[in-house]
Amino acid sequence: MVADSHAVVSDLLMGGNGQALVAVEGLTKRFPVSKSLFRQASSFIHAVEDVSFSLAPGESLGLVGESGCGKTTVGKLLVKLIEPTSGQISFRFPSPDAGSGEAVDASTIRSADLRAFRRQAQMIFQDPYESMNPRRTIYDTIAEPLAVQGVGHLTDRVDRVTEILTQVGLTPAGSFLFRHPHELSGGQRQRVAIARALVIGPSFVVADEPTSMLDVSSRTGIMTLMQNLAQGLGISYLYITHDLAVARYMCHRIAVMYLGKIVEMAETEELLGNPLHPYTRALLSAVPVPDPTYRRDRPDIRGDLTLPINPPPRCRFYDRCPVATDHCRDNPHPPMEEHGPGHWVACYEA
Amino acid sequence: MTTSTHTPVLQVIDLSLRYQTRQGEVQAVEGVSFELQQGQSLGLVGESGCGKTSVATSLMRLLPENARLTRGQVRLNGTDLLELDDEEMRSYRWRRIAMVFQAAMNSLDPVHRVGQQIIEAIEAHGMETTVSDARERVARLFRMVGLDPQLMDRYPHEFSGGMRQRAVIAMALSCDPDLIIADEPTTALDVIVQDRILRELKLVQQELRMGMIYISHDIGVVAEVTDRIGVMYAGRLVELGDTADVFRSPMHPYTAALMSSFPSVHGERLPLQGLAGEPPNLIDPPSGCPFHPRCQYADEVCRTEFPERSIHEDHWAACWHPLEVTVTGDGSRDGCG
Repeated sequence: MVADSHAVVSDLLMGGNGQALVAVEGLTKRFPVSKSLFRQASSFIHAVEDVSFSLAPGESLGLVGESGCGKTTVGKLLVKLIEPTSGQISFRFPSPDAGSGEAVDASTIRSADLRAFRRQAQMIFQDPYESMNPRRTIYDTIAEPLAVQGVGHLTDRVDRVTEILTQVGLTPAGSFLFRHPHELSGGQRQRVAIARALVIGPSFVVADEPTSMLDVSSRTGIMTLMQNLAQGLGISYLYITHDLAVARYMCHRIAVMYLGKIVEMAETEELLGNPLHPYTRALLSAVPVPDPTYRRDRPDIRGDLTLPINPPPRCRFYDRCPVATDHCRDNPHPPMEEHGPGHWVACYEA
Repeated sequence: MTTSTHTPVLQVIDLSLRYQTRQGEVQAVEGVSFELQQGQSLGLVGESGCGKTSVATSLMRLLPENARLTRGQVRLNGTDLLELDDEEMRSYRWRRIAMVFQAAMNSLDPVHRVGQQIIEAIEAHGMETTVSDARERVARLFRMVGLDPQLMDRYPHEFSGGMRQRAVIAMALSCDPDLIIADEPTTALDVIVQDRILRELKLVQQELRMGMIYISHDIGVVAEVTDRIGVMYAGRLVELGDTADVFRSPMHPYTAALMSSFPSVHGERLPLQGLAGEPPNLIDPPSGCPFHPRCQYADEVCRTEFPERSIHEDHWAACWHPLEVTVTGDGSRDGCG
């Protein structure tokens, strides 16, 4: 029965038109918390719990939430850096070498297939200072995926790296090829990270807070660049961020996560203009407004964020919710329900 | 909020700071001057490397070995802190001028109880003589920053990031300083926690009538907590004015560019303008106005001469071609609540 409801949800999430590039159903990841080295874990952090969504080709979905809500874990699961506890991730890549448009179940992908999978699904990390080998040149860093994938000969690779450097705005490309990361600014490093992710032409990219470590001026540049590349190359992003304002500019749809659950998902302007989940409302009203004449409402939320270690089955937001009722306490976590075209909310009181 | 006849809490006059590095001398702060009245808060904004943290550490005289203050005065209630010897400065620091550092929540000693660490600070500065008085004071400080006084005897690891940051703010307030400097105190925190801390901080600052310098790269935060705002670029203060005025009509092209590059969740989704180029290398800063290589209005005079401002106005910009000041308040968005 549970599996059925997932299938229904994922059907509805697609809006019934076209095929999803990525479809996620009932994705769950639990990390064991061991008290001692020799004892089996009795507690689990429910990092991601029964998460379902899908992404159309060329679409960008924002995954927004506070630190510890599981958004990065979802990202890592999607590019197979970690394996899920349960749930399904299926891809339908456009390129022939990844299954000629057939849906690929990510859990069945093994070694050789994994290499083909990585051509299609890449990740951009948060910290451009940590994500690059300081001893390698920019050329080596960007060309490595080509070498791993066995794409082209050496001369082709130089051409390809030069081309992608130009595309990410590091010009003249020749002057960057043999520099080292420490010679570049944070914004330039993040451009290199983007170039490395895109050099093998993926159709799906998980971007984990790619601008949160950057200064204002380089941040706008990176955001614009990523949008242009997505449009030009037809890339879908899963854009992970804690910043709703950034998500507003980068994403077609936004999914809000709280303690491992997606609690609300809708088209970006619909979600920001008509937030239905009490957590989304609190998150939205906590964002400072760069306008001294604007008086924000105080975010309506109680208590502090906790870790989801063996959480009770009721609504994850119950303890902090300003509108919780006895019904919320006595029933399982509310299912995602559609409250308008494509506007999904998991709340009994919405 | 505007100019008053009172002696200001803080007068910074022509402050200049250099760092010696292997690559050369970095002109980190250049000719920065501003005043702060009692109970007033000033925001310092700008990109990383613009000198805002260097200004703060200069005021505290907590500078690294390779730093040299080449010019200027820092007058706290009339006394030039830069003239004090080390011993005198130590009695001023925390007692008269206190600072909350970036990610200060990680600066609590993990093996001592949080309350005890604050009591030690209080005792070291001779604020209270008995332990029970000191405990009472810590309890009051805890309440002030929105922490339950019963948490006093807990250890830092039992606190969340937000709670630790509140404890650090309580510690900074423990000796009733005349001036508090907050350097990105909420940058590492989630928005909901940030919102709470900002509200507490502003409330306490107004209650105690302290001067506050609030340093942040987030102009949204600065818009909400400060009365005045100073925009820094390449070690220089390039615009200063009442927060409402600067936001309504920025005069310096850099200020305007900075503001238009911030995405907002409220109101209309305006296109992000952004800022082309990168901040200059301060070992060899550009001639004339340091912003000229990135400025669309730059001409010959901008390339050769720094635009010294001539008069002390409430709202000024160091620019040869300041943007028009809009007089009407039509631009303000409707707020609620």
